[in-house]
Amino acid sequence: MDTKFQWRHKHLIGLAELSRQEIEFILDTAKGFEEFSTRSVKKAPTLRGKVVVNMFFEDSTRTRNSFTLAANRLSADVIEFTKTSSSVNKGETLIDTARNLEAMGVDIVVIRHSAGGAPKLLSRSINACVVNAGDGFHEHPTQALLDIYTIRQVRGSLDGLTVGIVGDIAHSRVARSNIYAMTKLGAKVILIGPPTLMPAGISQLGVRVSHNLDEVIEELDVINMLRIQFERLGGNLFPSVREYSHFFGLTVDRMKRAKKDIVVMHPGPINRGVEIESEVADGPNSVILQQVSNGVAVRMAVLFLVNQATAIQINE
Amino acid sequence: MKKLLTAAQIAQVLDEMLAKILPDVSKDKNFAVIGIRSRGEILAGRLSAALSEKTGREIPCGTLDISLYRDDFNTPNGAAQVTVQPTDIPFSIDGKFILLVDDVLHTGRSVRAAMDALTDLGRPKKVRLAVLVDRGNQELPIRADYVGIRTDVPLEQFVRVHLEESDGKEEVIVEKSS
Repeated sequence: MDTKFQWRHKHLIGLAELSRQEIEFILDTAKGFEEFSTRSVKKAPTLRGKVVVNMFFEDSTRTRNSFTLAANRLSADVIEFTKTSSSVNKGETLIDTARNLEAMGVDIVVIRHSAGGAPKLLSRSINACVVNAGDGFHEHPTQALLDIYTIRQVRGSLDGLTVGIVGDIAHSRVARSNIYAMTKLGAKVILIGPPTLMPAGISQLGVRVSHNLDEVIEELDVINMLRIQFERLGGNLFPSVREYSHFFGLTVDRMKRAKKDIVVMHPGPINRGVEIESEVADGPNSVILQQVSNGVAVRMAVLFLVNQATAIQINE
Repeated sequence: MKKLLTAAQIAQVLDEMLAKILPDVSKDKNFAVIGIRSRGEILAGRLSAALSEKTGREIPCGTLDISLYRDDFNTPNGAAQVTVQPTDIPFSIDGKFILLVDDVLHTGRSVRAAMDALTDLGRPKKVRLAVLVDRGNQELPIRADYVGIRTDVPLEQFVRVHLEESDGKEEVIVEKSS
């Protein structure tokens, strides 16, 4: 690791704007946090006296708890903000809400929002650090970081690997963040899904597109199964759930034709029997729970780094 | 630039430290060495290897990363960015006699951080500190138990320890501010 490297971003909005070196620096830093969960005292005093607010305008289990745990392990105080029990329901705007929280002395805002660009907007309006925990169909940077962290843990490096991302690419911020980061780190990415769930012009991001999982499954070193997001699917984008799982589900049969050491990933929550069969999700190739464990280490690294960028900025 | 120790002198100083540490180790079966990353890690490796050889039993050795325990990254005049790396201590420190190893003792703040980090990992019976160079100017009530050499170096100068494993050469020098 290059120790001369300086992390300078006080916000983490997306992976599109980060360089390979910056992405690798986050991952290398996360390595330093990995052993925390095995300690007797799972805490370091690093962010003591700092306040992190979790502003979640959309539902979340994994990401939210993971950020809370990450902040707690760094000794920060955490405020949990939910849309339903807040003044947002009285008509307060996003920026007003954030500014008010900031006036109480919040240092880091972790935000999930259904509108793409909300974290960016926020980062321009407040002084606190802003970390994107998923915005609309735009990006979900910490999910992609933990995906890549997990791949590196299993395979050492992404260089030369072929990664398949299967499912609803059009509505997936996870896919976008994954594409940006994985291509930068030297992986070949194949997007797999029905044409109705494939955004126009996506191949401009330097990826291959396939509408047939059976055609490409043998090539894949890693397969990332996206969740079918029933809550976002307004129209009839595929005829039926059964047909979808027939063509794009990761079944035991399909696994037989995949490479023996294929890494099976899923950002969660799983629709068992829809995009992935239970035997596969719980099988020996699955790293799905490992992804969740790594999420905490990756988010600790992100909180640590954005906070440190603030200290360095004050210094200069 | 002034040379404080040559390669041969480093070897000799380490031997002398070893002679002082050895009687204490022999008395305690529960002995382990922990180095502070990164030069302390190398010195700890050398000391534990030599101690294992001399005592005829395996002396466990670990590495402590103290970057999360530093006291300066939230202060405006905080030092340059630290790089967090894993702590690697493959044994329980509970009830052990821990020899903490660092290359240079200066302000004492690294040692303070190291002791906080250790406390989070368990409860050692005893912690002793060994340093290759004690350059004076401690800002905290921290002293080393085993010292290679003691020398007063003015505040604005730096003591640099170069070791074969990390720097490809073996020497201790004093530099004017960089």
